[in-house]
Amino acid sequence: MGTSISVRDLVLSFGSVQVLKKLNLEVADGEFIVLLGSSGCGKSTLLNCIAGLLDITDGQIWIKEKNVTWAEPKDRGIGMVFQSYALYPQMTVRGNLSFGLKNQRLPKAEIDKRIARAADVLQIEALLDRKPGALSGGQRQRVAIGRALVRDVDVFLFDEPLSNLDAKLRADLRVELKRLHNQLENTMIYVTHDQVEAMTLADRIAIMRGGQIMQFASPKEIYSRPANRYVADFIGSPAMNFVEGTVADGAFTCAGHSIPLDGYEFTPTGRAGGPAWFGIRPEHIQTGEQAEAMPFRTEVEVDLCEPMGAETQVWASFADMQFRFLVDFALDLKRGDKVSVGFDPARASLFHKGNEERM
Amino acid sequence: MVDIAPHAHQPVADGPRGKRPKPLFSLRNIVVYGTLLLVSAYYLVPLYVMIVTSLKTMEEVRLGNVFSFPRDITFAPWVKAWAEACTGLNCDGLSRGFANSVWILVPSVLLSIIVASVNGYALANWKFKGADIFFTILIFGAFIPYQVMLYPVVIVLRELGVYGTRTGLVIVHTIFGMPILTLLFRNYFTSVPEEIFKAARVDGAGFWTIFLKIMMPMSLPIFVVAVILQVTGIWNDFLFGVVYTKPDTYPMTVQLNNIVNSVQGTKEYNVNMAATILTGLVPLVVYFISGKLFVRGIAAGAVKG
Repeated sequence: MGTSISVRDLVLSFGSVQVLKKLNLEVADGEFIVLLGSSGCGKSTLLNCIAGLLDITDGQIWIKEKNVTWAEPKDRGIGMVFQSYALYPQMTVRGNLSFGLKNQRLPKAEIDKRIARAADVLQIEALLDRKPGALSGGQRQRVAIGRALVRDVDVFLFDEPLSNLDAKLRADLRVELKRLHNQLENTMIYVTHDQVEAMTLADRIAIMRGGQIMQFASPKEIYSRPANRYVADFIGSPAMNFVEGTVADGAFTCAGHSIPLDGYEFTPTGRAGGPAWFGIRPEHIQTGEQAEAMPFRTEVEVDLCEPMGAETQVWASFADMQFRFLVDFALDLKRGDKVSVGFDPARASLFHKGNEERM
Repeated sequence: MVDIAPHAHQPVADGPRGKRPKPLFSLRNIVVYGTLLLVSAYYLVPLYVMIVTSLKTMEEVRLGNVFSFPRDITFAPWVKAWAEACTGLNCDGLSRGFANSVWILVPSVLLSIIVASVNGYALANWKFKGADIFFTILIFGAFIPYQVMLYPVVIVLRELGVYGTRTGLVIVHTIFGMPILTLLFRNYFTSVPEEIFKAARVDGAGFWTIFLKIMMPMSLPIFVVAVILQVTGIWNDFLFGVVYTKPDTYPMTVQLNNIVNSVQGTKEYNVNMAATILTGLVPLVVYFISGKLFVRGIAAGAVKG
């Protein structure tokens, strides 16, 4: 599998503010990549740089083994879908789809063929003669995807395409996008701040913060082996629990507890130990009978309960830190109740106290 | 939670229920409609006086009953104002001034709007080097009093060989309309979502294609506003007309002034009134026609893309 997009040492500054800092990204052919991060992390900026809509300060961008650093957006072989759909309001759907093709001076027969194919894939044949104003949000986004589709390009760029839709429609279109990707097998780069979208769609996720990529790996890897504390905290809902302490002699010690770290996979730098954060996801903490089977067990006092439907989130205190875990909805817990909890340290994550990298 | 239901079935006898009654002669209504009536009278009474006076003969005007309706309606003052009134050597009434004004108006409006809309578009969407400085200078131009530039412009027009011609006045109107119109268009184009512009660039459209195919069709309301501004501004202009043209090429406003303020002979009030209405007719018609278009344009633009 060849390389589809390669971003090399990309720097983008607005005046003295560096928005993207020597960023590198390699995307393989046919991959679905999600750029994930909170607002202001530079994910949309990176997408705009790849599209050629922003002039970069330093570095290179290669698409399909071609250096497109100075190329116009139209010459980069990309199609782009925007959050606000960005349909041309005065043109019909057909006009919207054909606008780019007419600019390429393609013959009319070819334009009609491509529109027919895109309309078929996206099931918007019935809408072709309507104006965008007469379409619903989901239909508009479909047309916007169609506009990228007819361009017959290798790379699709999505800039938070589902953020303007309501929750149900978002879930539906998410599945459709995944199907579309399976069908077309194009390279897709998708920007979002929604971690569910990222987890479900991506082959690989790039988590960004402050113009840098914090981790670039598969959703599974990011979830189970986050590379640093930021990623660990950002991914997962409810968020990971963190306990402060020290790693020494194959165990983690903190205010009165010692957690054995048998089965934990250390990174090369981690084995040395030292001051550390111990992170464990709420969903990996077992209670009651299941806790008995866990390598580490303890008893905590319930502080607060938040019923969330299928499960109840319980807040408790462990080693003087806020600590939360999930229990079955049927379990009726009250403030002050004692609960025995347990977890497997092999599923935990340890981070150096200083640089917050995984250990 | 439980005791809400019984209440809902009880007949409500205690206190108001349903739509609140609105008295016709409330203090609020009297103030609002009173003010509106007063303001409309303030504008309509002079107009009424002008129209009835213009339809009276001079004998009747001399009677001094300003508000009375004309006894025998005559259109002679209108004919005279349009075709016979004398200003200086020319005795062909306002018709010459009307022709001059149209000759000046049409190219000035078209030219200024075309140039200003492209300016505004470039400033709003293509962040070229020095755009901010250029814009600041342009806006600064809007605040310089015209009087300061009257004489320098005379010299410039003379050097260009168009002083005293209608072409010269067209150039002057185009240039002086630029700051405010550019500001108008820039602000409007800035409000067009940037993503539409980006989408068009990905679709391979260049500077002119985006302007002509995407931006212009989306901007009918602002073009109508610009037309209203320019037509009324240029048609009503007196200062530039009187300074930069000659008697042969005077616009209608200057000619109107010369008819009304002529010191020879008797003052023909009926002719003066007719001439004034005739001169004011063009902006009035533009308001009536484009006012409707304007509203429609805004309504059409309000549909989200």
